[in-house]
Amino acid sequence: MAGLTGRMSTVVKAKVSKLLDRAEDPAETLDYSYQKQVEQLQNVKKGIADVVTAKKRLQMQESSLQQSVVKLDTQARQAVSGGQEDLARAALERKNVAQTELQSLDTQVAELEDQQQKLTDSEQKLRAKIEAFRTKKEVIKAQYSAAEAQVRISEAATGVGEQMADVGLAMQRAVDKTENMRARADAVQELEAAGTFDDLTALGPGEDDIDRQLKQLSSQPAVDDELAKMKSEIGAGDAASAGQISPPSQPPSEGQQT
Amino acid sequence: MIVRISGEDQYELADADAARLNELESAVVAVVESGSEDGFADAYAAMLDFVRTQGTPVPEDELESSDHILPPADITFAEAAADFTGEGLIPD
Repeated sequence: MAGLTGRMSTVVKAKVSKLLDRAEDPAETLDYSYQKQVEQLQNVKKGIADVVTAKKRLQMQESSLQQSVVKLDTQARQAVSGGQEDLARAALERKNVAQTELQSLDTQVAELEDQQQKLTDSEQKLRAKIEAFRTKKEVIKAQYSAAEAQVRISEAATGVGEQMADVGLAMQRAVDKTENMRARADAVQELEAAGTFDDLTALGPGEDDIDRQLKQLSSQPAVDDELAKMKSEIGAGDAASAGQISPPSQPPSEGQQT
Repeated sequence: MIVRISGEDQYELADADAARLNELESAVVAVVESGSEDGFADAYAAMLDFVRTQGTPVPEDELESSDHILPPADITFAEAAADFTGEGLIPD
């Protein structure tokens, strides 16, 4: 055969053939073969639906984390105004972790969108091949002797089978990626489930498990910077707009209004 | 010859293109075997671009099997390394 002798094509072709062997049985009748193709198409649709579900779950998590970021920022400002630096730092650590997770979720959602698009394209191609097979099998049944029809339909079925196998590989990759994302998000999800991003008043004395994990997950330099910035802003008289519940520890020295 | 880019399309290429395609593929495999990711994306994109530009897409109602099947365009270096070196060959 003219063409590649390299390993890459051989490896991928072997993968596809392996799926193909499972997909095609020479003993199957034409109509059964077609019926099976249509079933495969349903599986692809289900695979796409699974990716969409995973994406929606991540989007819901994003929107809840976004609310947490706003809330924690407010709490940190209130704590700074009230002179409670430890509390402010704790809030900012949580905010930092939530923001980092938000960025990661953005990337993951984009990746799933990409997977969804690719699977949708694949599904359309597979549908076209199956439709071509349906037409072809009727033509072959009408025009050829049984023996000849067998050969021709087997060629056509292999063509469809390759497309199915290719979609199968794409679905497998999508599933792998989704599972990989789930594993990465687990640590933060546990923190979220424990109410870490919600209830600062639940902070007990000393270091508990959650605080240790937060320290590991958050970027301390970023937290330091933000705390310093917040202190200077609030010290400069911005306290009234930052947090209206707790009064500033010192009256603003100048009447700046924002 | 018909070359499929996995997750994309089938392309019909002249048999005469096989030699150049072989070179491009060897370059990719060489990068993977070097164990360093440097140059992998470029080498891989060069090979797929060659197929896309030299080849003609096979009409979607044609039921032809491919002579060669290449991995998807978004294959990562890690995936390629698992596929083309060591025990990555279709473990069974």
